[in-house]
Amino acid sequence: MPTHAITTKSARRLVSVDRFLTFIRVFLVSVIVIGLLAFIWQQFDADNPFAQWRNPGARGLTGDQFKGLLISGLSQGSMYGLIALGYSMVYGVLGFINFAHGEVFMVGAMTGFIASDKFQANGMWESNFLLCLVLIIVMAVFFSTFTAVVMERVAYRPLRNSPRLIPLITSIGVSFFIQNFVLGLFGPSTKSYPRLPEWLAKQRSILTFEIAGTRLLVLVVAAASMAGLWYIVERTKTGKAMRAVAEDKEIASLMGIDVNRTIVTTFAVGGAMAGVGGILWGLMFRSVTHMTGFLPGVKAFTAAVVGGIGNLGGAMAGGISLGSAESIAPLVILEPLGVPGVSQLKDAVAFTVLVLVLLFKPSGLFGERLSSEDRA
Amino acid sequence: MSLLEIKDLKITFGGLDALSGLNFHIDEGEIVSVIGPNGAGKTTFFNAISGLVTPTEGDILFENESIVGLDPSTVTSLGIARTFQNVRLFPNMTILENVMVAQHCRTSQLIYGALLQTKAFKREEREIRERAIEVLEFFGHRLVGYRMDQPAFALSYANRRRLEIARAMATQPRLLLLDEPVAGMNPIETAELTALVGRLRTEWGFTIIMIEHDMKVVRDVSDRVVVLDHGVPIAQGSYDEVSTNPDVVEAYLGRPVEAN
Amino acid sequence: MSTLAAPMPSSALDQDWRKVLRWGFICGGTLIALCLVGMPVELDRREIIERYLSLGYLSVVLVPIVIGWVSASQIVLEGFESRKQGLFDLVTGLVVGVIGGGLLSLLMVALDSWNLRDPLVNWSPKLFRFLTYENGMGFGAGAWIVTCGVLGLVGASLHVVPRIARRIVAIVIIGLLSLSVLEAAVSDVSEGFGLEWLTDLIYAKKGGLTLTSTFVVGAVMAVVAAVTDGRVKAATNRYRDMEGVERQKASMILFAVVAVLCIVLPMFLGKIMNELLANVGLFLLLALGLNIVVGLAGLLDLGYVAFFAVGGYTTAVLTSPNSPWFAPELHFGFSLVFVVIFAIIVGLVIGAPVIRMRGDYLAIVTLGFGEIIRLLFLSDWLGPYFGGAQGITNVPGVDLGFATVKGTDPRSVFYLVLFFSVIAIYVSWRLQASRLGRAWMAIREDEQVAEAMGINTVSAKLMAFVVGAVLAAFSGAVLVAKVGSVFPTSFMILISIIILVVVIVGGMGNIAGVMVGSFVLIGVLGGPKQPGLLQEFQNFKLLIYGMLLVFMMLKRPEGLVPSARRSRELHQEEFLQDAWLRGDKPGIDDDEDAAPLLVGDGGGEEE
Repeated sequence: MPTHAITTKSARRLVSVDRFLTFIRVFLVSVIVIGLLAFIWQQFDADNPFAQWRNPGARGLTGDQFKGLLISGLSQGSMYGLIALGYSMVYGVLGFINFAHGEVFMVGAMTGFIASDKFQANGMWESNFLLCLVLIIVMAVFFSTFTAVVMERVAYRPLRNSPRLIPLITSIGVSFFIQNFVLGLFGPSTKSYPRLPEWLAKQRSILTFEIAGTRLLVLVVAAASMAGLWYIVERTKTGKAMRAVAEDKEIASLMGIDVNRTIVTTFAVGGAMAGVGGILWGLMFRSVTHMTGFLPGVKAFTAAVVGGIGNLGGAMAGGISLGSAESIAPLVILEPLGVPGVSQLKDAVAFTVLVLVLLFKPSGLFGERLSSEDRA
Repeated sequence: MSLLEIKDLKITFGGLDALSGLNFHIDEGEIVSVIGPNGAGKTTFFNAISGLVTPTEGDILFENESIVGLDPSTVTSLGIARTFQNVRLFPNMTILENVMVAQHCRTSQLIYGALLQTKAFKREEREIRERAIEVLEFFGHRLVGYRMDQPAFALSYANRRRLEIARAMATQPRLLLLDEPVAGMNPIETAELTALVGRLRTEWGFTIIMIEHDMKVVRDVSDRVVVLDHGVPIAQGSYDEVSTNPDVVEAYLGRPVEAN
Repeated sequence: MSTLAAPMPSSALDQDWRKVLRWGFICGGTLIALCLVGMPVELDRREIIERYLSLGYLSVVLVPIVIGWVSASQIVLEGFESRKQGLFDLVTGLVVGVIGGGLLSLLMVALDSWNLRDPLVNWSPKLFRFLTYENGMGFGAGAWIVTCGVLGLVGASLHVVPRIARRIVAIVIIGLLSLSVLEAAVSDVSEGFGLEWLTDLIYAKKGGLTLTSTFVVGAVMAVVAAVTDGRVKAATNRYRDMEGVERQKASMILFAVVAVLCIVLPMFLGKIMNELLANVGLFLLLALGLNIVVGLAGLLDLGYVAFFAVGGYTTAVLTSPNSPWFAPELHFGFSLVFVVIFAIIVGLVIGAPVIRMRGDYLAIVTLGFGEIIRLLFLSDWLGPYFGGAQGITNVPGVDLGFATVKGTDPRSVFYLVLFFSVIAIYVSWRLQASRLGRAWMAIREDEQVAEAMGINTVSAKLMAFVVGAVLAAFSGAVLVAKVGSVFPTSFMILISIIILVVVIVGGMGNIAGVMVGSFVLIGVLGGPKQPGLLQEFQNFKLLIYGMLLVFMMLKRPEGLVPSARRSRELHQEEFLQDAWLRGDKPGIDDDEDAAPLLVGDGGGEEE
């Protein structure tokens, strides 16, 4: 008879650990609720005793400030989303976290810097910006894809059938190696992207949102890439092969799909997305170092989990939610609670979101799509 | 008094009823076989008893206490042990360790005893070891001697099955659930294991529920047979009663009877 | 008749040229990457053999030898007739080397004609001078093509020469290299024993071996290698085959020797060496803790540094008079009690939410927790309590009554570290062979079955987490006592990962392996901020750590000193094959039971 996959039990006797977990859940939720309520109260009536309870000095946010936070959260989140796609796709297909994917993103940002720096030196950056933009995106995509593919070939392919922690540890090594290799090649200094031309960078007003041109550009490019990816995965033969391999490698190979090639394609597509993300990062924050990949990488993984790993739409949505949470939550939840210096806690908020999601809904907000063996 | 009693058990997987309306009981000292065609829900039945699957409806009483919703480890410590259809040993642990680790819920020493090497710790370790060897010796010379220190993956298929039973015995259960204990064994090994199942009751005092496809084994050892089909029990009773039941013959037994 | 594993080449020139070309490009690519990362130029400062060979040239020279060796190795399949290695492989090695050298020469041409210094920081005249031996383009290019070719040939020829010669060459090279690398250590020790003349004899004034000593020592080593051939292996095998009391006795003697060495040696060592040993010990302590969590219980905890931080901050707050919020100025020994308590609490708080997650999620979430804890210590929010970025300074050392342990006296720190390491080793050793240790093993093998066999997996895993946390907190406490201050920057994620590398390179799940790992990696290359014996590697050690991690995972996942269990796990098939060759016939070991079947006799009556 078919062995039913023994599903994890839903009801358990409450042991002390569970009680403690319930406590953590309740605690976190009440912190969020109290913070939010205090914030809302501040908006209506800043002198209200409840609003002043933890933070007497707080005055809430103006509508424009809030919109600004939202926009910066969205644009940053769309970058996390672009990187998260790579994590999600690789996890869907191979069932392991490619820790080095953040470095692929960094390689993209670094390539973009070198190219744009050269373009600026010969004046093309100012005179023919759009062409330069296309060129640096192409180059960044090329190098990121190259890095991702080589990584797969050298480090991961020989480990295809080993216990699942082994490729994860390997990818930590790869990440370390790439970081320090780039450090060796280009030195430790912070590299600054050239300034965007004024006609593009200036503030615009769209639907009452004051939005900097750079952020608009980031959003547009991210949306375009996402659409392209969606087309590849859902509408082409390669995409179908990818989905088949994610479901079951063995069966897929029996159906005549070249599993190795499909996996390489997965890495390549993920790498390309990370490359685009790298350029956008460079344009927005204008600084790159060899360590640029680490934090966005971990946060993008968080985004992938938030959206439900293996789920591409989820990855993008997860990225955007994470970005917004990271930019809004410190001011909306922590500030009213009287926590000083909230902007320093931005990264901590991102990690807390990860813990929260895994505590409440481990399969992510939009549901994970994994083969049954990976779900174990 | 029934040792285990199951009332109106229903288990649903994504809208599909794996089991429904199952009523079952087993008395102390009985050997009951559960049979049925592939996909009848036999293994799900075991998973439900051992706590790996939570029933959608119904109740499972062990010694008159409900065990629904308990952790598998709690269920085991109450006295229900099982083997798996597709043998699942700890492959890289030695044979002795496999049996020693199964006594976890019957022993209590933690960090403190191990670090200070207290008298109680040493006594317990000695007892665990002795009990492990005692259990292994039940299977003759196959699992003891130099083999005790070999990793479990080096065992032959039949010996893995034996070791899995030994591991379940080591948890000191009152109720033993054997999931196809003779699958993949040759006739001689099967005959031998059939005899062992009988001895498990007489010498060790276990009550046994067994899933089995081999009708000869079922006939030889079981006091009672329960037949499942599509998650529904269609007959219960002695082997002879069941094997002549027209429903059963239709659902399942037709071919095996001819083969015999 | 046996089959051929691969088609036999008709002549030495009938090569698989695609393969040769590929290896050649790998060789050249590695050489160029090495140069552009800046390794040779920077390492050029360190002399290996006075005036003849620097570490920089050595790093370049090793590449063609290794790749020559690899490219010429052939897969030998059991039961297949394999080609006798000879001229064919020499040609492979030579060509690979020449291609590599050629590519390196191209780099030289590029260096000469373009200036790419802007993005590539090591694109410098210095590199050009290094590569050309300051003798001009033509000479340099020619010299490298010839040397690389010859070195590739040498690498390949190692397959061809008799085994004993290979052994002698390997031992002489490794011996000379270690002697040179250990220069600081050797001169320190000989100074301690009043043998300065020995140092003067072996080493040149400006560092490196003298030419004479190279030849003398090399010859001595060659003789030793030839004499001991086979005996070392026999001795270790004898030790391995010992059983029961005899084995215990041998282990005791071994242990006693190590213990005496650990206690006596530091007395003869200078400050630098003791400092080094103290650092090694600190990381050993951390690695032993992580070994329990990762190696025994199989939980990949990447936020291990959080517990290190908890130990450090607890000690600093409780003992330092400069603690900004609460400064009871307790004694170190007394504060240890609180260190243990807080480590357990934090271990439980972090452990409880992550313990049910699947293995890889656990890794990332613990990494997140590690960052959260560091960010909290750094933040303005907790700044009033823990000093924020300024940290807590002026932590007193450990007052023992007769002596004070503090950073200025590294020897005392080493003894303190030794004390804690002994505790950690004892803990891992005892737990491994206990009820809890077996439960951890079972969980690592198959969590679901472990649960079904009556093991409360949640509490067992939490306990592993907590034991690891306490050990890490101890090293945090020692670190703070040693350095005398504590800052959030001392607890970067980097440390977690370096400890992971130490555990994995040494051998997961094996105490001896972890010890070897920390001595080799932290001792030679150094920790994240602590210099090792090869201080010149300062800028490259993280690169090397990354490379090592990947390499070990691919080629030797069980580590340098594997635990028997772990290597069985990773090489099940080979284990079975070996056992089969020995005649154990596992897998079909029921032959004796099956035999009666043929006779028609009733089997299974043995009981």
